[in-house]
Amino acid sequence: MTGVSSDVVRVDAAPLLAIDGLTLERGQSRILDGVSLTLGRGETLALVGESGAGKSTIAFALMGLIGRTEARIAGKMRFDEVDDLASLNERGWSRLRGRRIAMVFQDAGAALDPCYTVGGQLVSVLRRQLGLGKREARERALALLEGVGINDPEARLSAYPHELSGGMQQRIMVAIALACNPELLLADEPTSALDVTIQAQIIRLILTEIRARGASCVFVLHDLALASQSCDRIVVLYAGQVMEAGPSRGILENPRHPYTRLLKSCVLEIGTTTLDPPEGGVPSYDDMPAGCRFATRCPNALQRCVAERPPLAPEGERLIACFNPEPRS
Amino acid sequence: MSETSLAGQVPAAATHGAETGAMAPHDLPLFELLDVEKRFTITRPTGFLKREKRSLAALDGVRLTVRRGASIALVGESGSGKSTLLRVLLGLAEPSDGKALYCGQPVNEMRARDRDFARSVAMIYQDARASLDPRMTVKALIAEPLMHFGLCGRDEVDDRVRALLARVGLPGDIAARYPAALSGGQVRRVAIARALASEPTVLIADEAVSGLDVSTQAQLLNLLRRLKREMGLTLLFITHDLGVASYLCEEIAIMYLGRIVETGPTGAVLSAPAHPYSLALRRAAPEFFAPITDPLEGEIPSPLDLPKGCRFATRCAFVEEDCRADEPVLAPIARGRSVACRHPLHEAERSAFSSGVPSPAPPDRPATGGAELSA
Repeated sequence: MTGVSSDVVRVDAAPLLAIDGLTLERGQSRILDGVSLTLGRGETLALVGESGAGKSTIAFALMGLIGRTEARIAGKMRFDEVDDLASLNERGWSRLRGRRIAMVFQDAGAALDPCYTVGGQLVSVLRRQLGLGKREARERALALLEGVGINDPEARLSAYPHELSGGMQQRIMVAIALACNPELLLADEPTSALDVTIQAQIIRLILTEIRARGASCVFVLHDLALASQSCDRIVVLYAGQVMEAGPSRGILENPRHPYTRLLKSCVLEIGTTTLDPPEGGVPSYDDMPAGCRFATRCPNALQRCVAERPPLAPEGERLIACFNPEPRS
Repeated sequence: MSETSLAGQVPAAATHGAETGAMAPHDLPLFELLDVEKRFTITRPTGFLKREKRSLAALDGVRLTVRRGASIALVGESGSGKSTLLRVLLGLAEPSDGKALYCGQPVNEMRARDRDFARSVAMIYQDARASLDPRMTVKALIAEPLMHFGLCGRDEVDDRVRALLARVGLPGDIAARYPAALSGGQVRRVAIARALASEPTVLIADEAVSGLDVSTQAQLLNLLRRLKREMGLTLLFITHDLGVASYLCEEIAIMYLGRIVETGPTGAVLSAPAHPYSLALRRAAPEFFAPITDPLEGEIPSPLDLPKGCRFATRCAFVEEDCRADEPVLAPIARGRSVACRHPLHEAERSAFSSGVPSPAPPDRPATGGAELSA
């Protein structure tokens, strides 16, 4: 399995994050099947695909939130000087999690602790991770809330999460995630529970903040249009396999993998008059084909696709895992 | 009032013959909301052992006409009153003021009179899985309305269930399964089949395709389109997704804080929004490779603490002094279109945004939002 080699991507020689052949199994189900990707410093990457594609699982694995008893993990996740995130113990993780790798969860209402005030949760992160004193932490917390666009931060510090709107809760999540200036921010569907106008506000906020800090960001998104607007590169996943990866514009303007093409053809834009989705859905883990997992629904499938896994091969600026891709246009 | 389209939902005084001339006079609209207001009283503590009762208007002066065969999208953010409007239409909530009519009769009376109202107005709920009893098989779920309304004999039930499943694109062997054994898309199809079982004339759907994968969503949208065409259904579709609205519905009604702020043909409204809020929604919808704009400042105000004058004035980029004086009413601006705005957007202001690339605002008005962020 090849990762994105450094000559393919316009970033520093050593990427911040390099995942190589990540495989994750729960019981008999192989949730991730040889996922490889890289992320440069200051880069934004979108993981896209339908439910069950393994997008959130990758984010959770990168955050060290998948227990050893829960799943078997193979492959490597290199983060900066840490050779493999999967081999870290709790002690090792406590130096990274929240400090250098932070996460914005999908449902802020559920991710924030209902028993503690916003201030309490923010201050405890600052005190524990950065060793700040009480007063210092409080001042920093106020500055952070102001930074994420919260009016009257003084009053909000003593509010409980349920007293805030969904958009406000998500802003608090972003503030907590950014509290220690992480190098890598994971944003798992940060806006899927929000109204569209609030969605635009939150995505803008995240992009502005990570750019100001020179941090990198992995977004988990299901909306291709939103991915094209917010990320430099995208990785298209299907049932735990990488189908296509590369610069957002190239891939979405000219999808080569049949699955990317299908996904894009289902996107509903204002003024769309016809949709032509394929019938059926993702097969269950029990009857996944041994080769390309998309083979059962693929219009371009060849005989060998079902049995043989197409390698993720570089082609120009992108990587494609397909024996019979769409022609270049 | 005898309008046949959304065009007519304007104050009678402002109605001109030309705007309402396109209808057949004998054809009563299916639903008609006349200045519907729905207030809730809430009690909140104001001090030790002190409480204060306050009134909250979830709907305020809503006029909407649903003619037979129409397809209308109700669009708005959370807190805009979409669900309350739905409850009023279904007779689950009585208007505090104004009238909700079904075929010219008050909805509540029609509902109380016989089962006919419940039979002809079917509902698809937002959370399809929660709307289906987990202890009933798919067959029992779909057979229930058939038996309740006495639509077929016991011996025909199997065939009818099979036919309904086929109609929504599900294999017959799914009838023996329980909802828990179905995927998200299949559960929605079962909910649609159950709604169709009573042979309704109106289908009301609350976010029926949200939270699904794009390919599943596309399949369901095509299904709903086909059903509407084949069965001549009147469709009332609540959605927050403008793409869904434009794909499925000929007309659109945009709501903000309990009021309808703009109505008209979906294509016309979305390509040239006249209300600044419609424009903000339009701009906030993700669009391939367009820069992410920040179209709307702040959040929807509390209905307990409504701004003076136009309730959108606090967030409106085009606000002027007289907007804060009193509340604008929905008034016709073009054929089939109405807007509740003192200063509907001009062609120049609209077209400045139509390409997705905002250009400088006209000199007499401030620019919308902040700076652009490109990917």
